Amino acid sequence: MTLHTKSLAELAAGLRARDFSSVELTRALLARIEAHQPQLNAMISVTGPSAMQAAAVADGVLATGGGGPLTGIPLVHKDIFCTEGVRTTCASRMLDNFVAPYDATVVAKLKAEGMVMLGKANMDEFAMGSSNETSYYGAVRNPWNPKLVPGGSSGGSAAVVAARLAPFASATDTGGSIRQPAALCGITGFKPTYGRVSRYGMIAFASSLDQGGTLTRSAADAAAILRAMAGFDPRDSTSVERPVPDYVAGLEQPLAGLKIGLLKEFFEKGLDPENERCVREALAVYEGLGAKLIDVSLPNLPLSVPAYYVVAPAECSSNLARFDGVRFGHRAKEPKDLLDLYKRSRGEGFGAEVKRRIMTGTYVLSAGYYDAFYLKAQKVRRLIADEFDQAFAQVDVLMGPTTPTAAFELGAKTSDPITMYLNDIYTIGANLAGLPAMSIPCGFTRSLPVGLQIIGRHFAEERLLSAAHAYQRETDWHTKVPPGYE
Amino acid sequence: MTPEQIASIAHLARLSMDEAEIPRYQESLTSILSFVGDLERAQTQNVTPMAHPLPGLVQRLRADVATETDAHERYQANAPQVAASLYLVPKVIE
Repeated sequence: MTLHTKSLAELAAGLRARDFSSVELTRALLARIEAHQPQLNAMISVTGPSAMQAAAVADGVLATGGGGPLTGIPLVHKDIFCTEGVRTTCASRMLDNFVAPYDATVVAKLKAEGMVMLGKANMDEFAMGSSNETSYYGAVRNPWNPKLVPGGSSGGSAAVVAARLAPFASATDTGGSIRQPAALCGITGFKPTYGRVSRYGMIAFASSLDQGGTLTRSAADAAAILRAMAGFDPRDSTSVERPVPDYVAGLEQPLAGLKIGLLKEFFEKGLDPENERCVREALAVYEGLGAKLIDVSLPNLPLSVPAYYVVAPAECSSNLARFDGVRFGHRAKEPKDLLDLYKRSRGEGFGAEVKRRIMTGTYVLSAGYYDAFYLKAQKVRRLIADEFDQAFAQVDVLMGPTTPTAAFELGAKTSDPITMYLNDIYTIGANLAGLPAMSIPCGFTRSLPVGLQIIGRHFAEERLLSAAHAYQRETDWHTKVPPGYE
Repeated sequence: MTPEQIASIAHLARLSMDEAEIPRYQESLTSILSFVGDLERAQTQNVTPMAHPLPGLVQRLRADVATETDAHERYQANAPQVAASLYLVPKVIE
């Protein structure tokens, strides 16, 4: 029985028909995690005993004819989501001993659906990175090739789903942290509209950009999870009060006549010709399905990376001020006074990339530099958001590559932060404008997966998911399994 | 960026920093600031700064009633040093 390759709909049907139990499914996936963890390092914590208990409870519910479409299905949470009674580290030494006293809203919602948590996924420290190499718990390996990175910051979540260790892993996207690892690992990554999924209990990095979302193998699976995960939360002050559509029912929307904008700026120098070839082939598939391709240009889009690297560090320096060595987290030994306690606790608890961003943020917010950097970046952010608005007056969705290249080698970009930051050149724009965006597998180059990015208007989740679903019915890239993980 | 500026930013950010670490941050912050310096190219006269990505979203307020229950024991279980429900820090006032 190959339970690990089944879709969410197949798993739900099998559980309901008693072809297999949640206990059997959970045990099988825990065994896969145990077998592949030494190679991948995708997990920070594995919660075997509590997973088996939750699975037994789900089986009880299903036996009485109760439960929903996700009951008894296992998942993995990115270790940025607070999980009550379970260590929540954010992949930082700072939170190595932190046991969350409550559940994030995302965690609580999926728990209420009867989903079974297998454990917590590795990630870049505080979600700051594009290769999963900044984790205090070591780098994650790409299932397609262990010498390569899985992308980041949700690299552990992406590796888990690509290696078929769980059908779904939660993730977060501040500048591309769902889409970029999805592209590099050959899976489907979905970042909803800003405010669509609650940020409560999701450890904050840059609050005006952070958004929780999904890593799954298909758009259909993403729709099933997002339907349960999205929605208004009074405990998140930027959560949007707006009903959640039935994303699963919306999957079959017809594609004919869809106007697809091709972003000129995404096809300029820097894009690997092989990635471009895969993306152009995918666009041809859409044309074949009746979509119209229209060229559009967002002249200020190339400034999205510099704008982001002012706004995000500024918000990060403010958010991470809460780690003071007093209330929770790492505390330096034998502090000589309060200042020494703060400084050494933070200096020892944070890794180099986190410190670099805190310092960048502190600098751009400091007296005399605020206008030149922070205010200027916020203005450029407005220009970019306005250009997206203008593009969406002409087209329904925008498409292009998710990343400039396929997965790269561990260590290849760690010496120069700018080289690393430019991995997110195509993904950051959607975060600055708060738009929903996703990445789906659209081919291979040198045996490595390539991602197609789809960006939509605010709250156009259904349009994106149905467009991706239409493509995944025509192609089988999303069903490809890395060798050794069949 | 001078070594003195790096030390000053580290102090403002309450990050301890060894002398030996300073050159590394000096180099990377210099290159980051030069990279974000590209923003100067953008024409931004009369552009309203954007702090939040959703148009029309207003700050929501809730009724001024207590909703939280006392959970200090649960929260303080994560604190490095607590006594009599108080967080302990080095002496602040002599």
